[in-house]
Amino acid sequence: MDSLELIGMVSIFTAGITIAIGSIGPALGEARAAAQALSAMAQQPDEANRITRTLFVSLAMIESTAIYCFVVALIILFANPFWNHLVEQ
Amino acid sequence: MELTPDKLVYWQWGPVILNATIVYTWLVMAILALGSWLVTRRLSSGPGLSRWQNLLEVIVTAMRGQIHDVSRQDPGQYLPFIGTLFLFILIPNVLSVVPGFEPPTASLSTTTALAACVFVAVPLYGITGQGFVAYLRNYTQPTWFMLPFNVIGELSRTVALAVRLYGNVMSGTLIVGVLLSLVPLFFPVVMNLLGLITGVIQAYIFAILAMVYIAAATQAHDEPSSEPRPTPHEDTNGKDD
Repeated sequence: MDSLELIGMVSIFTAGITIAIGSIGPALGEARAAAQALSAMAQQPDEANRITRTLFVSLAMIESTAIYCFVVALIILFANPFWNHLVEQ
Repeated sequence: MELTPDKLVYWQWGPVILNATIVYTWLVMAILALGSWLVTRRLSSGPGLSRWQNLLEVIVTAMRGQIHDVSRQDPGQYLPFIGTLFLFILIPNVLSVVPGFEPPTASLSTTTALAACVFVAVPLYGITGQGFVAYLRNYTQPTWFMLPFNVIGELSRTVALAVRLYGNVMSGTLIVGVLLSLVPLFFPVVMNLLGLITGVIQAYIFAILAMVYIAAATQAHDEPSSEPRPTPHEDTNGKDD
């Protein structure tokens, strides 16, 4: 197996693993945030607008790590410098 | 089933490429501008409101309320920018259920351009609101050691804005395309519905995040933390203008 095949194989595998493991943490974190927001809304229903807005902002922040993993997976699949370097030879 | 409408080239003339992203961006711009112009030609403030004027008033009032809640300042100076961001992302995401429409926000170019606008707007509003030195001192809060982390944080949240919107819209269109070839009758419709929901939510999140970043840049001399905290004694209805 020469280096071209090896890089292609490892890249595909790594991209899958990256996005699979990288989305576990943010999903759990967002579930906790949503659960807390729901219980807060149950305790204070007239603050629901503010709580919802803060919830959305927090979800966006928490999701950042998943987005970074997604970007790394995309780069590995579509803009892989090692693959491009070997293909050009 | 392509990953980005940038690859769909309609017309090429030397270095100028007319791809699907640009064409559909022009279409959205035309819809927004022409629609607003048509509705606001005959404004009336009495009981004879047309339905479209009522709709625009509802949208503008809701946006003003949200901006005022987040920034606790006069919403007029932020409304053009944030409102345009929201509407420009909302209209293509909602129109994506129209067959043949490729949302321009499914292209990383469009979302990066929008995130770059926010990246430029935050220092702009911060400097005009606070002054140059006070805004730069912002980066060394709470301690001088945090300067590189604050700068990296600014850059990374811009990247996150772009990729979040791109990922959500692109995956929505992609999964409909994939399911159409697998299970053609029922599931693509359900996925289109999910795409509508996430499209509206992502438009709202983009605009609200932009507003939160701008508010953090213009307000940081008032409070030590940069996120607006809900305080129990503050009543925004009392400060309604």
